[in-house]
Formats: sequence, structure tokens, C-alpha cells
Amino acid sequence: MNSIFSIHTVRFIALVFVQVLILNHINFLGYINPYIYILFIALFPVKNNRIILILLSFLLGITIDMFLDTGGIHAGASVLIAYARPVILKSSFGTVYEHQSVKFNTVDFGSKLTYFTFLTVLHHFVLFTLEIFSISKIILIFQKTLFSSIFTILLSVVVTIIFSRKPK
Amino acid sequence: MQQIINFIIRNKNFLLFLLLFGLSLLFTIQTHSYHKSKFINSANFLTGGVYNSLNNINSYFDLRSQNELLSEENKRLRVLLRNSEIHADSVFTDSVMFKQLYRFYTANIIKNSYSFSNNILTINKGRNDSVQQDFGVISSKGIIGIVDKTSANYAAVISILNTTSRISAQLKKSNHFGTLTWDGKSPEYNQLIDIPKIAPVSKGDTIVTSGRSSIFPKGVPVGIVEDFKLDLAENYYEINVKLFNDMTSVEHVYIIENADKEEIENLLSNN
Repeated sequence: MNSIFSIHTVRFIALVFVQVLILNHINFLGYINPYIYILFIALFPVKNNRIILILLSFLLGITIDMFLDTGGIHAGASVLIAYARPVILKSSFGTVYEHQSVKFNTVDFGSKLTYFTFLTVLHHFVLFTLEIFSISKIILIFQKTLFSSIFTILLSVVVTIIFSRKPK
Repeated sequence: MQQIINFIIRNKNFLLFLLLFGLSLLFTIQTHSYHKSKFINSANFLTGGVYNSLNNINSYFDLRSQNELLSEENKRLRVLLRNSEIHADSVFTDSVMFKQLYRFYTANIIKNSYSFSNNILTINKGRNDSVQQDFGVISSKGIIGIVDKTSANYAAVISILNTTSRISAQLKKSNHFGTLTWDGKSPEYNQLIDIPKIAPVSKGDTIVTSGRSSIFPKGVPVGIVEDFKLDLAENYYEINVKLFNDMTSVEHVYIIENADKEEIENLLSNN
């Protein structure tokens, strides 16, 4: 238990720093940035308490918001995906999730990709809706969601492959 | 009572989600109105400190170009200084008039931002350096923004690349004034609206600040007219202004304090 706790603390801090110090300065084509801090929410142990996850997501989001001066948009989007995670888990992993035995190191690549995609697109859509905050610019919202999602998903998959321990 | 408690326990996840999501919405809405973002801003000890140490490293990489900018400005100021010395002999100056109207402070931008629709910068001067809310911020090339929140050592600046920013600006040649806004699209352009139709606008005209507020002095450069069209009501021009500043790479800035600001504001608020 203690090691799980420390792993997630380190992951939390590392993701915040990587996001704030490196990824927010990419600005590919002027506005496309990946937001891979949501990996923390995606890879949180399935069995753990949902309340803790929702609270931690809020904390994560508000930390990012504080660095970026964006009010509460990251917090809102993170809390939403933390709350919606069981539904997304169920739809992407199916019966494996029902048996409560999802381990992110061992599941097959296809369903992991679906899981990341659902989570990222939902997060980014809420994020950019809150950021732009105007229905008349819905095209811009979709555009930003699409491009940033592609970037985030690619990066998330690469990061999980690099940092995953080989299943013995 | 028992049922209410049961309901809360059964739906605790959902209620917590609603609470936190509502809180985030509240913070988000606050940032959309001027001077309202209370808690969550980057001018605090933690985020300011992190950005400051990052800036210490990053600033080495463009030392050369920043030095060139500064020496260019020095050259321009030297020319001004020489010219004013020549004039000084022939003009009678009353020593009472020697009060400084505008005070300047130097600062560095430690967090730049230009890819959102509401961009806020962080600078490394704060209340301890007597920087306060509503001071203007300019660079050697032109206008940057207005100080919003301050902490002891840092301040958050509302960039001109912020859809809530409203700054009074005018045509340099004819004193017709309007409001400088941003449509959230390109960091190279700002929009000047409410210029009366009668104004003689043409492509390439210079836009400067108008000095009609107590924040910026008159004549701080903003940019040049790229293109312009009449608005929907056909009474006012909407002008696309190409900024002098490359907002994606600014570092050394000046903070402007208007020494008479309090007096002007008291006067206005009494009416």
C-alpha cells in the first residue's frame, strides 16, 4: 500500500511539472498542446475508492490551472473524466473490468487505446468548451479538441510504453 | 432524516462530483470577468517561484536577441536624450513642473502565454517593488498588457492577447480613438473597434495608446493597420492591427505607474 501511495505521489508531481514546464510551451502550429497529465487519472488503480480519485483529480486540475491562469477549466474537465471513468472502463474493457481485474500493464493494446481515446476526447472537449466559453465558436472548439486529442493520445501511448514494466 | 443521510451516502460520488465541478465552473466564470479571479492565479509563491527558476535557465537561450533589442532601444533613447539637451537651453522650465508624472519599473516576464483565448502573463515584480493593480506594462517595442493580481514578489498581467482586455487606443495621425480588443485568433493581430467612420484610416497607419485612461500615457506604440472594414451597423470601423511586439517572444518589460492616477480616479468617482 505504501509503495502504491508513493508511486502515485511521484507520478502526480512529475506529470504536473512535465505539463507545466515543457508541454505547455510546445504550441505546435500556434495552439496545439498535449495535456498528458490526465494519464494520472487514466492509470489510477481501478479498485481504489472513487471518492479519492475525484478529489485527487480536482487537486491535479486546480494545480495545472494555477500555473496556467485558466481559472478552473482543467479542474472541471479532470473531475468530469474522473467521475465518468467507470463507464469508460466498462465500455472499453468489457468483461475484464466486470471481473475487477484490469491491470494497465497487462491488458491488450487495442482496448487500452480505446480507453485513452474516450477519456482524452471527453476531457479535451470539456476543457476547450470551458476555455472558449461560447457556443458561437463551436467549430474552433471541435478543431482544438481534435488536434490536441491526437497529440495527447499519441504521447500518452508512447509514455505508457516507455514506462511500463514488462509483465513477468 | 435517516433517508436523507442514506441518500447522501448512496450518491456521495455524484454529489462530490457536482460540488467540485460547480467549484471549477465558478472559478472559470470568475476568470471571464475582469479583476475577479481571486484564488487561482499564477502570481503566488509556489507557481511564481517555479516559473522564476525556469526563467533563470530559459533566459540564457535568447540572451543575444534580447540584448540586441535592448541596445536598439538604448540607441533610440540616446538620440532622444541628445535632442532634448539641445532644446533644454532655449526653453524656460519652472522647477515646480519637475514632478514626474509617470514612473517606470523594469521587470522580466517569467511566464509567457499566447495560445489560449484568455492569456495571462506572470512578471517577477510584485507589491514589494510597489507594483499594484492597473499599472500598464509595455516593452521596448510597444504595449503588452495591464497588471491584474499582485503577490509579494510576482504579478499577473492581463495580456493584450486576452479576449477580456479593453484598452483605449487611437490613430497616431488624427486622434480618432477606439477600443483595442482581441478576437482570440492570431497572436500577431489585435482588433481596434469603435473608430468613427469619418476617420481617415488607411493601410499602414500607426496605432498608439490614447492616454484617455489613467493606465497608459499617450503615444505608446501598438501596431500598424493591416486591414479594416465597417462593422455591421456601418458606423464604425473594425481595424485589424498588426502588433509591433512579437507577443510570442517577449522578456524585458517596463511597468508604468501614473503618479496622478489616484487623483484622476477620485475626480471621476465623485461625479
